[in-house]
Amino acid sequence: MNFPILSAIIFIPLIGALFIFLTKGSQKSIEKNSKYVAVFSSIANFFLSLFLWYSFDSSVSTFQFIEEKNWINGFINFKLGVDGISILFILLTTFIAPICIFSGINSIKFKIKDFFIAILVMETLMLGVFCSLDLVIFYLFFEGGLIPMFLIIGIWGGPKRVYSAFKFFLFTLLGSVLMLVAIISIYWITGTTDVIKLLNIKIAQEYQYLLWLAFFSSFAVKLPMWPFHTWLPDAHVEAPTAGSVILAAILLKMAGYGFIRFSLGLFPIASDYFTPLIFTLSVIAIIYTSLVALMQDDMKKLIAYSSVAHMGFVTIGIFSLTKQGLEGSIIQMISHGLISAALFLCVGVVYDRYQSRMISSYGGLVNVMPKYALVFMIFVLAALGLPGTSGFVGEFLILVGVFQKNILVAVLASFGIILVAAYMLWLYRRVVFGRIGSNEIKTMLDLNRTEIYIFASLAFLTIFLGIYPEPLLNTVDVSINNLIDKYETDINLNLTKTNN
Amino acid sequence: MEYAIVFLPLVGSLISGFFGKRIGDKYTQILASTLVAVAAILSISIFYKVLSHDYSSNKLIFNWISSGNFVVNWSVKIDSLTSVMLVVVTLISSIIHFYSIGYMNNDPHKPRFMAYLSLFTFAMLTLVTADNFLQLFFGWEGVGLCSYLLIGFWYKKMSANSAAIKAFIVNRVGDFGFAIGIFLIFFYYGTVNYSEVFQKTPELIMQTVNFMGAEFNLINLVCILLFIGSMGKSAQILLHTWLPDAMEGPTPVSALIHAATMVTAGVFLVVRCSPIFEYSQLALNIVAIVGMATAFFAATVALVQNDIKKIIAYSTCSQLGYMFFAAGIGAYHVAIFHLFTHAFFKALLFLGAGCVIHSFREEQDINLMGGVWKKIPYTYALMIIGTLALTGFPFLSGFYSKDAIIEFAYLKGSAVGYCAVFVGIFTAFLTAIYSWRLIFKTFHGKFNNKKNNLSTIHDSALIMLIPSAILAFGAIISGVVFKKLFIGNETNFWEGSILFLEPIKYLHPPQWIIFMTPFIVTATIPAAYYLFAKDNKILKNLVLKNKFFYNFLLNKWYFDELYNFIFVEPTKKIGLFFWQRGDVNTIDKYGPDGISRIVKILSNKVVNFQSGYLYHYAFVMLVGLSILLTYLILY
Repeated sequence: MNFPILSAIIFIPLIGALFIFLTKGSQKSIEKNSKYVAVFSSIANFFLSLFLWYSFDSSVSTFQFIEEKNWINGFINFKLGVDGISILFILLTTFIAPICIFSGINSIKFKIKDFFIAILVMETLMLGVFCSLDLVIFYLFFEGGLIPMFLIIGIWGGPKRVYSAFKFFLFTLLGSVLMLVAIISIYWITGTTDVIKLLNIKIAQEYQYLLWLAFFSSFAVKLPMWPFHTWLPDAHVEAPTAGSVILAAILLKMAGYGFIRFSLGLFPIASDYFTPLIFTLSVIAIIYTSLVALMQDDMKKLIAYSSVAHMGFVTIGIFSLTKQGLEGSIIQMISHGLISAALFLCVGVVYDRYQSRMISSYGGLVNVMPKYALVFMIFVLAALGLPGTSGFVGEFLILVGVFQKNILVAVLASFGIILVAAYMLWLYRRVVFGRIGSNEIKTMLDLNRTEIYIFASLAFLTIFLGIYPEPLLNTVDVSINNLIDKYETDINLNLTKTNN
Repeated sequence: MEYAIVFLPLVGSLISGFFGKRIGDKYTQILASTLVAVAAILSISIFYKVLSHDYSSNKLIFNWISSGNFVVNWSVKIDSLTSVMLVVVTLISSIIHFYSIGYMNNDPHKPRFMAYLSLFTFAMLTLVTADNFLQLFFGWEGVGLCSYLLIGFWYKKMSANSAAIKAFIVNRVGDFGFAIGIFLIFFYYGTVNYSEVFQKTPELIMQTVNFMGAEFNLINLVCILLFIGSMGKSAQILLHTWLPDAMEGPTPVSALIHAATMVTAGVFLVVRCSPIFEYSQLALNIVAIVGMATAFFAATVALVQNDIKKIIAYSTCSQLGYMFFAAGIGAYHVAIFHLFTHAFFKALLFLGAGCVIHSFREEQDINLMGGVWKKIPYTYALMIIGTLALTGFPFLSGFYSKDAIIEFAYLKGSAVGYCAVFVGIFTAFLTAIYSWRLIFKTFHGKFNNKKNNLSTIHDSALIMLIPSAILAFGAIISGVVFKKLFIGNETNFWEGSILFLEPIKYLHPPQWIIFMTPFIVTATIPAAYYLFAKDNKILKNLVLKNKFFYNFLLNKWYFDELYNFIFVEPTKKIGLFFWQRGDVNTIDKYGPDGISRIVKILSNKVVNFQSGYLYHYAFVMLVGLSILLTYLILY
C-alpha cells in the first residue's frame, strides 16, 4: 500500500479547518492565523492534486490510487479511487477552493474564521464526492455538501438569505432522499454498494427504470435541469461571492459527474430509454433560461440563469453517448467551472465596492476601472463561447456529438448560441460601457493586486484550454472510450435479448 | 515566413494592448504599424513565390482538438487563393495602420485602437490560412469580435454600443447556420479538413439527410448552410442590417474591416469551398440570386442616404453582392478579382471620406458640406479616383473586374446568367448615380456648413494622405496589371485552389455588352453633375411626387423596423413571460412555495389538536381505539 494520496487530498482541507477551529488568541491574531492556514492548506492541496494528475496513468481505463478501509463490517467500505473523468473534477475543485478563500479575505467582513472553516469543510466534501467508489460514501459526501453551503448562504448571505437557504435545502434534499432509497434498494438487489463491482454487475432491466429516476431526481435538481432550476437564481443572489463561486463552479458539476458515473454506468438501459426526456428538458432549459436571462435586471440572477443554459448543454452532451458529446460535456463542465466562477467574482468585485447587484446601478465602469473592463470582457466572451476560449471547445464538441444522435436537438440547442451572445453582451454594455451613471461610481477603485492574480489565473486557463484543450482530452480519452464501449455492449445485449 | 505573417500582427496587438501605456502612444503606433507592414512585405514575397514557382504549403502548428475521429489542427495553409488574400489583408491593413496614426491623433486611447486593429489582422489571417473549417470558424468569429470591439470603440456613445452588439448578434445568426454546416460536414464526411472534405464530395453527391421527416440533398444543404454564414459576415440582404450601423466605428475601421477585408470573408468562404459548391447547382443559384438582390437593394438605398459613410457602406454591400453573383454563376476567380480591386478602391473611398470628415470636424451629413473642392484638393482628387474606380470608369480597376463579372454572366448562358447581366448593368448605373451624388454634394455646389468656417477647412495631414495615395495608386493599376493573371485566358494561377467542373468558356460576348457599362457610367457623370450640383429643383420635385417611395428608400426598405417588430420585441416579451409566468408564477408557486404553504396550512390544522384539554385527548384516543378495534374485528 502506497501513500494514501486520495485520502490526503480529501482530508487536508478538513485538517486545515480543524486547525482554524482550534486557533486561540486575540480577534486579530485569530483572523490572521486562520487566513494563513486556510490559504496554505488549500494551495498545498492544489499542488498535491497536480502531483496526483502527474502520476496518473491516462492510458488505462481502470480506477487508480484505490484505497479501501473497512468501515461497517461487510456492509460499507470506505473506498476511494479515480479515473480520467474524476481526476479533472478534483483538479477543478482544488483550483477553485483557494480562489474562494482569497475572495473571502477580500470581501467577508465578519466571522471570517467560521467562513474559512465552512469553505474548507466544503472542499473536503466535494473532493470526497469525486473520489468515492462506494455509493453510501458517495451519498454522504454528496449530501454533506448541503450543510456548509446552507450555512454559507444563511450566515454570510444577503437580506433574503433565509428564504433562499431553505429553498436550496428543500429542493436538493427532496431529490436526494429518493437517491438514498435507490441506493438502499441497490444494496438489496445486488448485495453491494461498491461502485467497481456494480459497474460490472448488470442490474436487471425492470429495476433500472425506477432506480434511474431516483438518481435522476437528485441530479436534476442539483444540476439544475428545467423545471427544477428555480432555487439556483435565488441561492446565487443571496449567497456571498465565494458561495456563488463554489455553487456554480463545483456543486453543479457534481450532478453532471453523477450522471456520467452512475446513471450511464449503472443503468445503461434506462439511460437509453430516458434519453428523449433528458434531451427535451435540456433543450427547454437552453432556450427558456436564455430568454429569461435576457430580461434579468440582477447581474447574479442573469449569470445564474445562464448557468442553467450552459448545464443544459452538458446534459445533452452526456446523453448523446458519443465520444465528442461526452468529452465535450466534461470540457464544458471544467470550462464553465472557470468561467462562471470568474463571472461571479466579477459581480463580487463591483458588489464589494458599490453594494448593488442591479444592472441599472452601474454604467460606464470602463471609465474608472479599465482593468476590470478587460477582465469582464474576457469572461463574457468565454461565456458566449467565442472560439479560442474553453467555452467554445466544450460547446462545439457537445453539438458535434449530439448532431450525430439527433439533428433537431443539436439545431435547437445551437439557437442558444445566438441568445447567449445577446444577453451577455447586453449585460456587458449596460454595466461597463456608456457614460458614468452616478457620482459614487466615479470613486470606484480598479482591481487590486489579489483580484488581478485571481482573474489572471482564471483567464489564462480559460484561453489556454481554448487553444490547447489536449491535456484535458488526453486525460479523459481512455475512460470515456471504456464507458461508451461498456454502455454499447449493454444496450446491444439487451436488444438481442428482447429480440429473442 | 508563413508563421511570421500570421503572428507578427498578434505580437503587435499584445504589445500595444498590454504595454501600450508604458511604451507611449507614438512608439506603440509605430511598432504595431511596422509589424503589420513587415507581414505585408512577407505576404507579397509569398505571393510572388506562388506566382513564379507554384508554391503551396500546409504547415501544422499544433494539434487543437482531438476527440475520437474529430481531429483538428492549427495550421497555416498557403495556396494561390490564400496568397491573394494574404496580400489584400496585410497590405490594406498596414496602410490603414499608418493612416490611423493621423486619424486617431486626438483620441486618448491610441494603444487600445492599435491593439484591436492588429488583433483583427491576426484573426483575419488565421481565417484565410486555415486548412480546416474549425480554424476558419475561429478566425471568422475572431474578426467578428474585433469588429464588435472596434464599432463600439467610442464606448461613451450609446449608438456605437448598440451598433456593436447588433453586428455581433446578426453575425451570430449567420454563424448559427455556419456551425450547423460544420456539424453536418463532420457527420457525413467524418472530418472537417478541407482537403479530405473536397476529395470526398464527389462520392457523396447522392447522399440525403433526413431532417424532421423531410429528405434533403447533403451537398445542397451543406452549401446553403455555409452560405448562410457568408450572408451574415458579408452583409447580404436579410442579414445586412448591421453593416450600415457599423459605421459608428472610427473611419479607418470602416475602411479595413467593413469594406476591404472582413466583409469579404463570406466571398472567400464560397470560393474556398468551390469544390463543394460546384456540385450543387441549387446552392449556386441561391448564391447568385441573393447576390443580385443585395447588389440591387443596397444600390437603391444608397441613392438617398445623407450620411457620407452610410452611402459608402451600402455601396460596399452592393459590391459584395456583385462578388456573390459572380461566384454563383461559377466565375469564382472573377469574384476574387473583384474582391481584390474592390479592396483598394473601397478602402480608398473610406479613407477619403475620413479625410473629409476630419476636414469638416466630425461632420458626416453630405447636405451640410459642399463647395470645398478647391480647399481640399488632395482629398478631392483621392475621392475622384476612388469613385471612378468604383463606378467602373474605363481603365481603372473596377472597370476590369466589374465588366468581367457581367461578361462571364452573359457567357454562362443560363437564365440566372442573363438575369445577372441585367442586374449587373442596371446596378452599375445606380452605382454611378449615388457615387457622383456623393462627390457633387460633398465637394461642389454651395458651402452649407454652419459649424465651420470655409476658410478653416483644409486638407488632412500627410500621414493620412500618403497611405490614401498608395491605395489610389492601387485603385488605378490593380485592374490592368492583374487582369491577365487573375482572369486571363491562359491563366492557371488558380489550379489547386479553385475547382471549375466545366471549363470556363473564353468566347467573347457581343460588343454591345462590353461597351454598354462603360458608356452608361461615363454618361452618368454630366447628368449627375447637372442634377446634384447645378439644378436641384428637378430632384426636389421628384422627391415630392414620390414621397412614399423616397421614404421607403430613406428608411432602408424598413428592414430594421420589421426585424424589431418580428424578432427583438417578441423575444423580450417571451423572456419576460417565461420569467414571470413560468418561473415565478408556476414553478415556484406550485413547487417549493406551494409545498411550504401546504405544510404551513396543515401544521396550523394539526396544531389545533394540541388544545391542552384533557377531554380532547381522551376523545381522540377513544376514536383511535374504536377504529383499531373495528379493523381487527373485521379483518
